[in-house]
Amino acid sequence: MQATDRQNEVQHLIEVHGVGKDYQMGDSVVSAIKTMDFFIDDGEFITIVGQSGSGKSTLLSILGGLNHPSRGRVLVDSLDVYGLGSEQRADFRSEYIGIIFQSFQLIPYLTVLENVKLPMAITGIKAGEQDEMARAVLDKVGLADKVARLPDQLSGGEQERVAIARAIVNRPPILLADEPTGNLDSDTATEVMRILQQLNAEGLTIIMVTHNAESCKYARRTIQVKDGSCLSHFTVDHR
Amino acid sequence: MKLYNISFNNLKRRKAKIIFLVSGLLIGIATIVTLLSITDSMSRDIEERLDRFGANIVMVPKSENLALSYGGITVGGVNYAVEEFYEKDLAHIYQIENKKNLGAVAPKVLGAVELQDRDILLMGVDFNIELALKNWWHLIGAPPASADEVIVGSEAAATLQLKSGDKIQLTKDRSFRVAAVLEPTGATEDGIIIGDLHAMQAVLGKDGRISMVEIAAFCRDCPISEMVLQIAEQFPGARVTPVKQAVMSKMQSIELFKSFSYGIAGLVIFIGSLLVFVTMMGAVNERTREIGIFRAIGFRRGHVMQIILLEAMAVGLVSGLLGYGGGNLAAWAVMPWVIPGSSFAGFNLSLGGIAVLLAVSLSLMASYYPARKGSNMDPSAALRVL
Repeated sequence: MQATDRQNEVQHLIEVHGVGKDYQMGDSVVSAIKTMDFFIDDGEFITIVGQSGSGKSTLLSILGGLNHPSRGRVLVDSLDVYGLGSEQRADFRSEYIGIIFQSFQLIPYLTVLENVKLPMAITGIKAGEQDEMARAVLDKVGLADKVARLPDQLSGGEQERVAIARAIVNRPPILLADEPTGNLDSDTATEVMRILQQLNAEGLTIIMVTHNAESCKYARRTIQVKDGSCLSHFTVDHR
Repeated sequence: MKLYNISFNNLKRRKAKIIFLVSGLLIGIATIVTLLSITDSMSRDIEERLDRFGANIVMVPKSENLALSYGGITVGGVNYAVEEFYEKDLAHIYQIENKKNLGAVAPKVLGAVELQDRDILLMGVDFNIELALKNWWHLIGAPPASADEVIVGSEAAATLQLKSGDKIQLTKDRSFRVAAVLEPTGATEDGIIIGDLHAMQAVLGKDGRISMVEIAAFCRDCPISEMVLQIAEQFPGARVTPVKQAVMSKMQSIELFKSFSYGIAGLVIFIGSLLVFVTMMGAVNERTREIGIFRAIGFRRGHVMQIILLEAMAVGLVSGLLGYGGGNLAAWAVMPWVIPGSSFAGFNLSLGGIAVLLAVSLSLMASYYPARKGSNMDPSAALRVL
């Protein structure tokens, strides 16, 4: 109780209070997430681990303002995410969240450069500046020479890096990644994890869902999820 | 990157799907344009043919007496005091509001003369106008080339034993050459001699006077009865009557074609709308995941709607323009088969405007529901990945 009070006094970037998610399956109700409470501070690199169906991806979608929880509150930068209307939540995602999807989810008819510029299409940033910002992040992920290619002309690792570039181009404070290395071979996965580690070192808060224990070594803290509940939090000391 | 870049890049890079979508709408619009163009060409053709069929307005001097003739049989020996117009007043006819709808204006002078001890009716006409108006006249011989030549009706020629090249003496000091004999028409012309208007006025002693005027007029947008009233206003001393049968048949034929084509066009629009709706619905459903990505990275519902509706508008615009061009091309190719000897009436720009507007509206209306459905999707449900 005393610990909780202390936590409440501190301003956290993300606060999860009693969040749960139920799904109606015919006549019965299934809890994907029972009840969760935790905090994430600015600049943390968190991994959420757990088996398939444990509720980790549901938790990530709730943190990203994509999936309304059945109960509880999610505060991001003191903003009650699900107290916002649907359109304001879209604005919140645009401003606060960068998302790397499990299967890259690039738009097939847009080039690499256009895919990266996609989140800026609704921001009012001028064309020249958009171009500059997109090229800068593509340079950061090592794809400066492939700007004109379409997604299906790239390897899996390259597509993943385009997805990372798209997620960070708007300079959001939070990056959510759902199994970013799930479809990659080990060398490419290591390369992607190094990019994420570098972004975290630059100050970006990263929350990554993974079932790969290897990936946890890059994170400062790991939340283990089982049957819709937080089983444990453990911190990795990289010093 | 702007929202329209997303729409246009989608259109540009998904050529096969867009071609299919455009084709569906294009066929619908082209069918409508073809039907309406053919109807328009047919209407014009029918009008021209019916106009060539003869006069549809007759103007005669007002008379207190009732006619005592029917079917060419005149009963009683009533002498009418024949009233006439002055030829110089005829120019007033071109002061009516619908003067552009006046076709042929054919003045005539009528009177009787004695020839070979028989009374015979003379009719003076302007041959250029009269022969164009009565294109069913078949002449044995050549049309009159000068004011001293006449045409003789078949019955009159038989009775007076006249043939082309014969000379007739209509006054003491003036003779005329029979240029041609008119084949039997079954009408009044069979028993008369037809000469040049001014020459006959001189023969009959009616210089500058007109007995009746036949008028061929057609107005696509106004009824003939209106033109009759306009002419009557200009000639208070005249009785102006429409030849109802001709007018009615003209109007009815055209109305029938118009109703038919509008009916077919309505059906095509309905089927075309369904096609666009189903195709658009399919296209949006196919893009569920993509819409999920847009929503997940912060696009508002309105942004997604804008992307889909912009694409629909572009598809509608291209389909409308191509459909208009294709429809006209089809009408041009089909017209000679529909009415042999007829031709395509030409491009109708208003129809083009309507076709493009219709295609864009149809495309937008058919896409609105799918766009709304797509934009309302829950992003996590749309993605099914997070």
